[in-house]
Amino acid sequence: MSANTPARPWYRTLRGREAISFYLFLLPWMIGFLIFTLGPIIVSFVLSFTDYDIMLPPSFVGIENFRELFTDPLFYTSMYNTVYIVVFAVPLGMIVAFGLALLLNQRVRFMAAYRTAYFIPSIVPAVASAALWLYLLQPQWGPVNALLDSIGITGPGWLSSELWSKPAIIMLMVWGTGGTMIIYLAGLQDIPQSLYEAAEIDGANGWHKFWRVTLPLMTPSIFFTLVLGIIATFQIFAQIFVLTDGMGGPQNSTLVYMIYLYRNGFNFFRMGYASAMAWVLFVIILMLTWLQFKGARRWVYYESESAEG
Amino acid sequence: MATTTQSENRSRDAMAAQTAKTQRSSRVLGSLFSHTTLIVGSIVFIAPLIFMVSTSLKAMRQIAKFPPEWIPNPVIWANYPGVFTYAPMHKYLLNTMIIVVPTVLGATLVSACAAYAFARLRAPGKNAMFMLVLATLMLPSVVTMVPNYILFAKLGWVGTFKPLTIPPLAGSAFFIFLMRQFFMTIPRELEDAALIDGCGRFRIFRSIVLPLAKPVLATVTIFAFMGAWNDYLGPLIYLGNADQYTLSLGLQAFVRYHGAEWGMLMAASTMMVLPVILLFFFAQKSFIQGITMTGIKG
Repeated sequence: MSANTPARPWYRTLRGREAISFYLFLLPWMIGFLIFTLGPIIVSFVLSFTDYDIMLPPSFVGIENFRELFTDPLFYTSMYNTVYIVVFAVPLGMIVAFGLALLLNQRVRFMAAYRTAYFIPSIVPAVASAALWLYLLQPQWGPVNALLDSIGITGPGWLSSELWSKPAIIMLMVWGTGGTMIIYLAGLQDIPQSLYEAAEIDGANGWHKFWRVTLPLMTPSIFFTLVLGIIATFQIFAQIFVLTDGMGGPQNSTLVYMIYLYRNGFNFFRMGYASAMAWVLFVIILMLTWLQFKGARRWVYYESESAEG
Repeated sequence: MATTTQSENRSRDAMAAQTAKTQRSSRVLGSLFSHTTLIVGSIVFIAPLIFMVSTSLKAMRQIAKFPPEWIPNPVIWANYPGVFTYAPMHKYLLNTMIIVVPTVLGATLVSACAAYAFARLRAPGKNAMFMLVLATLMLPSVVTMVPNYILFAKLGWVGTFKPLTIPPLAGSAFFIFLMRQFFMTIPRELEDAALIDGCGRFRIFRSIVLPLAKPVLATVTIFAFMGAWNDYLGPLIYLGNADQYTLSLGLQAFVRYHGAEWGMLMAASTMMVLPVILLFFFAQKSFIQGITMTGIKG
């Protein structure tokens, strides 16, 4: 059609007008993206090879920041603490969320009330949740140690104990696992009842049904929450910053990566060093995510795939 | 022969009855187990918040009681006005709203526009653009944090609200992604009819798509509100003096300087948490739907 009609400029054609609309709709976001995201990513990369304190112009130092980082004991401490918290808090949160979702999925009475009770802690603002746990974990008369005392255990000093400070933070994080539970609950409700009926006809008991139907069909949700949980927990900051008054104490036992980065960037104004730290974190998160996607083929079940195969 | 079959039958019946019985009793046991777990679990999850409220209604003498009381006796209200002598919560609330409003606007207008373009319009370079959105989703905000700080420092914006109110106006990748998923489920026919009638794209977006997208707009509004309400790192970096404190910063300052005033601290915490919980009760469906959408379609 368009070939026959006398040449019309492309922007007057239907296609052209659509493309122009597309870019007009996108424009406000694009401008913001260029200024506040893409530009800064490039600048951050360049800065990581410089020494820069904002006052004096940046000076190029090559890979010096990275060399210093990999010999900096606090880098390793903060990485260890972060990984410790990720390794425990993410799976624990997922397991608790999964158990609760399974229980709630049985068409129990007062389901909505239970769901609300489990979900609400997850929307408590980080700073408020830190203030609250500061009180709950108060060693002498805090409710957590009172509970332990009632079953004959003398509770630890929690946030004043090098050994128990990380478990305390993990506890606080598992308390906020309600969002994950909602995702699992939705996933469970999406599993077609017919699959369970078919399994029953084949003589499957509850245990089999769980392992052969529920769990495989939940792997996409589990995978999704695992990936996002790891990304988010690697960047944990506000709760610990408030709980420890910005110190990551006692004895650096809760000095997580983001607190150490914040300290370098915004207390010491070592912008180059902080940028290098940001990139190291970014690469670690990218690699972990990539590994998980690669490993996913082995254990994550996608309906469409198996239907074709 | 006959007798054996009969006795076999009988024993089979008996066995069947036995299995049915054990099944029934195991079901009863199972539901007892799940109910007990659910009840105990929900107490564990909600107890911290009960303690928060009850401690906010206690005098210091009652707080240090061991074991702690669930219900304060007597109920002391003094902590709530007491908070204001140290921390002007109304001012913090106002400062928080200065950040909440542009964040919500950016989410519902700018992100919605971009999401519509990705869901409906065809253009060269569209796929590449969408890959950018997805890549941004994974980017830790810390990578852009330092350069953005430098930019705002050079502009003289550090110590003002601008670094917290201007960037959110550009929308966010997460909201674009969320709304695109929703827009794709709206039937195309409605828009096609309007297009044939000579309706412009923006009018279609405003008068057909947006009204149909109310559920996702509600969800995005809630997420944007929560994000700005809860944000701590942003205000910590950019806001300097106590006049500018948001609720997050104000509460943290309270922990730092009056952390031993447990009753008041819990009263201040309650004041920060309560609006969020109220919002949840009023918009429960949008909350749950939003989380489900990110979970399933993500």
